[in-house]
Amino acid sequence: MTGASAATAPARPAGATSPDRPAGSVRRRQRLRRALTGWAFSAPFTVLFLVFMALPVVASLAMSFTDLRSTDLRNPLAVNAVGIDNYTRLFSDDLFLRSSVNTLVFVVVGVPLTMVLALAAATALNSGLVRFRALFRVGFYLPVVTSIVAIAVVWRFLLDPEIGLVNNLLRLVGIAGPSWLFDTRLALPSLIVMAAWRNFGFLMVIFLAGLQAVPADLYEAARLDGATRWQQFRNVTLPMLRPTLLFGGVITGIGYLQLFEEPFVMTQGGPLSSTLSVSFHIYNQFGFGNYGYAAAASYVLFVAIVALSVVQFRLLGERN
Amino acid sequence: MVAKDTALRTRDRVARTVLYVVLVLGLLAVAGPFVWMALSSLKPEREIRQVPPTWWPETVTLDNFRELFSRLDFPLYFFNSALVAVLVTVGNLLFCSLVGYALAKLRYPGKRALFLAVLGMLMVPGMVTFVPQFVLVSNMGLTNTYAGLILPFLVGPFGVFLMRQFLQSIPDDLIEAARVDGAGEFRIFWRVVLPLCRPALATLGILTFLSSWNNFLWPLVVATTEDKYTLPVALALYSVGQNRTDYGLLLSGAVVVVLPVLIVFLLLQRHFLRGIATTGIK
Repeated sequence: MTGASAATAPARPAGATSPDRPAGSVRRRQRLRRALTGWAFSAPFTVLFLVFMALPVVASLAMSFTDLRSTDLRNPLAVNAVGIDNYTRLFSDDLFLRSSVNTLVFVVVGVPLTMVLALAAATALNSGLVRFRALFRVGFYLPVVTSIVAIAVVWRFLLDPEIGLVNNLLRLVGIAGPSWLFDTRLALPSLIVMAAWRNFGFLMVIFLAGLQAVPADLYEAARLDGATRWQQFRNVTLPMLRPTLLFGGVITGIGYLQLFEEPFVMTQGGPLSSTLSVSFHIYNQFGFGNYGYAAAASYVLFVAIVALSVVQFRLLGERN
Repeated sequence: MVAKDTALRTRDRVARTVLYVVLVLGLLAVAGPFVWMALSSLKPEREIRQVPPTWWPETVTLDNFRELFSRLDFPLYFFNSALVAVLVTVGNLLFCSLVGYALAKLRYPGKRALFLAVLGMLMVPGMVTFVPQFVLVSNMGLTNTYAGLILPFLVGPFGVFLMRQFLQSIPDDLIEAARVDGAGEFRIFWRVVLPLCRPALATLGILTFLSSWNNFLWPLVVATTEDKYTLPVALALYSVGQNRTDYGLLLSGAVVVVLPVLIVFLLLQRHFLRGIATTGIK
């Protein structure tokens, strides 16, 4: 790129440049102008980005090594460096450990569930057997664009033990439905199902795009070899879709690790912390004014997200 | 041969029927709750609590909505949500396309570092920046102001990434030609480049508007008095507060939150789903 520009750049202003001016200074001035132009375009973004994103990322790390509390904001001198105390405290904090387990369960069960639903829907819609594809696509995508708060309200109503539609339907077939969100064993699974319900449409769209990119002659060849639909799916679709599946798994995992809104609105983390997530715990610590401690917990979450992405790339990506 | 053909055709027909049944059940499961929400919001509280429930409202009433809009301040929350979402969207469209153009088409020192910083930021979970952002905004005296609700979202790494990727596909010749014609850099951007970016701008605009409209955690902590609440904040606080089982009110609130998004989505869904399939980000 640079080579091509060096060859063409002097050609244009040749007429305008007086011959006595040394070529080096012209080039230097051009370079300066290019730098100014580039940064003129980048400056508004860069300023906002630095102040509201990059700086907070660094500040969060710094904070995590201090005992900063909300009451210290007016009196910054009261803040002490405490080394890795916050981090060691985290791992003896029962609520943090509990929230980590809950979040892991949510990810480990939720991601595969969401992916299976998404892949099933995408394969069905891509099979060529179904009409009204646009209708199904839009319908399945609906929950993705709606506010989680509104969805949580609707689901709390659906899952209400007495008047909820779910238990009323169960009653029709003679089953006494449990109180979903008030049972320590059922609250988290309920949130997992709700999350899969809400998010599979997004992955479905991604998988559909991936499926459409699989060359049709591969299926043709498989069919000539007498492969059944299932065999075609196993031996053509899945391998070809591997990068897309990997991508879908990673971004769903990243999203699910940050679980917050569902328990906030549905269960407030209860009953008995059975739906307390790491992000919710961080939020609570923030609410108590323990800023340094909250920052440390958020960095642990950050590391977990990076680690999960790396592991998934290793697991699913290695055969490429 | 003919026998095999008809056998295949019957098998296809069976497969097709099974698929339709499964898909329709799936659609009921996904869209059903929304329909149930809308229908129930039109029932009086007494009928909402009736066991077994009525599917179609026996008494259709707008009382729930009337209460939202007269006793509660939902028109104000609606205005707040709309104002914040519109300004955040405009900011993202403008700033992200400017820097996206620079990253894709201009050469200047520091460009690589800037792009890497943007890419890195895509990985950072919201909770990491959340606490310092709050400290920053309160030190600036911006808690409980529109500026405090808007500023941290005025740009985002995703928007830059999207615009840069799209702008790279625009041929250099067009820009060179304008430059030879003597157009200034900003004029080239505004008159030549931006009109070509319409599809990317549409995608970014819709996605930004939606995520701002649905944003919850930040307005929850920054808006401290009711006059700055956005719709999701108001709805969430009502639903965990003393109205937590006042389903008529909550469901109609949910309808108010969902309806504008639903309309935008249904009108623009083509754009939408295509954009997501190509960028892979919601």
